[in-house]
Amino acid sequence: MNTVWLLVVCISVVFAAVNSRFDGFTKAMFEAGKAAVEVCLYLVAIVSLWLGLTKILEDSGLIYKLSNFFRPAISFLFRNIPEGHPSITSITLNLLANFFGLGNAATPLGIKAMEDLQTLNPENDTITFEMMLFIVINTSSIQLVPFTAIGLLASYGSRNPNAIVLPTIISTVISSAAAVGILYLFKKFSRKDR
Amino acid sequence: MDTLSLLFQGLIPVFIFFTVTYGFAKGVPVYDSFVSGAKDGIGIIIGIFPYVLAIFIAVKTFEASGAFDFIRKMFAFVATPFNLPPEVLSVAMVKPFSNAASLGIFTEILKSTGPDSLASMMAAVIMGSAETTFYVLAVYLGAVGIKKTKYLVPVCLIADMIGIVIAIILVKLLF
Repeated sequence: MNTVWLLVVCISVVFAAVNSRFDGFTKAMFEAGKAAVEVCLYLVAIVSLWLGLTKILEDSGLIYKLSNFFRPAISFLFRNIPEGHPSITSITLNLLANFFGLGNAATPLGIKAMEDLQTLNPENDTITFEMMLFIVINTSSIQLVPFTAIGLLASYGSRNPNAIVLPTIISTVISSAAAVGILYLFKKFSRKDR
Repeated sequence: MDTLSLLFQGLIPVFIFFTVTYGFAKGVPVYDSFVSGAKDGIGIIIGIFPYVLAIFIAVKTFEASGAFDFIRKMFAFVATPFNLPPEVLSVAMVKPFSNAASLGIFTEILKSTGPDSLASMMAAVIMGSAETTFYVLAVYLGAVGIKKTKYLVPVCLIADMIGIVIAIILVKLLF
């Protein structure tokens, strides 16, 4: 992240200088601050909501029962999570929310899943393989029906907006599988280094 | 498609109903439980805020400096020999950084090429099958304060690129 951020910021400054757009650059910085505050305010509400709900799941013991129920499906990928661990439930719920296109629920549940995975992490500032796997599956997107894109196509008068469903599903499945495959490849090679 | 969307949206209310009634049946003080869980939300978001801010500043200044426009011109140069609509590559390039910006470009494509064009189809599939990678990274890593990310970022970027190439090839084959 350090490299990516450094590169993007430096390129921006250079381009602002070449195009003599320093006023726009400064304005954009403050706009970014405003946008970040807005996004975080929104996140406070929905993350708190989902944390409240999952707390009820924990107190009623359901989260542990659900995690045993979901374990067979999840442990295929996440092998190092112990039985009955709450992260199995939060990971599953996040993946389901993503799958059904419920973005409002997916992000808070993903944060909850990261917190649950952190309890299994021996080094607090270093990422675990399970976390990487979880993030990679999330960033490669696993949405079943792309409602936003279909809605926009339809609103601009497309003859058959649903035609994109099949290619979207196929490309999502292939790219998620490829993402997991690449992660395993990197894991293999990084072990060889040591 | 509207009914399907409605059905999926219904999953959350059903889930909430189930959670609350199950908790009640098990003798959990559901209101107290909810409040004590929700209390942690604000602390987590305060922790995430600087990460989100950093990403937003990078993206917005990148846009405002004209660097995005330059890259879009470069893409037009690269896309022509492959017989690809250049706008498609802009969507693909922007999506990992910003959902709003990629939606803006997608809408432009719809307006300028029509909703049934190859460019619109490609952009729609990319919109549906790619994620705002850097935002997800910032939020999820920020939530637990992970600093050493090993090889996560290159894996995500390679996976994104593969996803985009697959989306373009699929649309070319199917339409």
